[in-house]
Amino acid sequence: MNVRELAHVMALTEFIMPEPEREVSGGYVGDLLSWVMGRAQTGNVWLTIMSNQNVAAVALMAEVSCVVLTEGVRPDEALRQRAEQQNINILGTKLSTFDAAAVLKQLLR
Amino acid sequence: MKELSLHLLDIAQNSISAGARHVDLGVEEGEDLLLLTVADDGRGMSPEFLASVTDPFTTTRTTRKVGLGLPLLRLAAEQTGGWLRVESQLGVGTTVTAAFHACHIDCPPLGDTASTISLLAQGLPEGMELTYTRRTPKGEFRFDTAEIRAVLGPDVPLSEPEVAKWIRDYVAEGEAGTA
Repeated sequence: MNVRELAHVMALTEFIMPEPEREVSGGYVGDLLSWVMGRAQTGNVWLTIMSNQNVAAVALMAEVSCVVLTEGVRPDEALRQRAEQQNINILGTKLSTFDAAAVLKQLLR
Repeated sequence: MKELSLHLLDIAQNSISAGARHVDLGVEEGEDLLLLTVADDGRGMSPEFLASVTDPFTTTRTTRKVGLGLPLLRLAAEQTGGWLRVESQLGVGTTVTAAFHACHIDCPPLGDTASTISLLAQGLPEGMELTYTRRTPKGEFRFDTAEIRAVLGPDVPLSEPEVAKWIRDYVAEGEAGTA
């Protein structure tokens, strides 16, 4: 599954999606950026409620396929700009992080 | 709280609750450290209460004079390798200082300090004044509600929507001058 398909199936809000063809493999959940940085894997869907520009830096370093902001969180302006510059997919959902992770797990079975 | 300005708002509320006549907020950007300060002349805290003030379990179990604000601020600061210091004396006042390592990845953005100051100015109780100092290596900006009141006269409250908007824009412009 790629990011575009994921966005469609989970009815995600597409905040920034410069690379819709990126393949999705697995997921990671976390809000403490320094923790996520060392643990999220290449291709993961990263679920988080953090929405500042450091999210773009971590997404880039961990090479996640996309960031999904949960609980209705929206990216702040600085994050939007960084994501556009660095080609990072930023999506969103109103689901709680727990529910979003459960849906994702089902989809990636 | 995902922005430092929200912490500032939260801690300043403690000063209002403490019956302060004056609260002084500060945001100081140094080489690496970012310092947030909230200093008031409110009723202050006893040494016993002060000792427990950043412990979430003690504070939530008592009558919640302070709440979770300080423990959360301490956590946010320490996650960046920084620290929190609370100095207080009964009948004299309280000073809260939080230091953040601004370049640490877990350091939250400063956020909208201009709106925070405007919001606090709107909600100030009768007879209380607020000052705000923003300092960077490039310069300093100072805001004082007493000065604004002197210009507006006694009949125009700071909570007037147009005044609140003016304060927000004024602070934003002043801060931009130090960036």
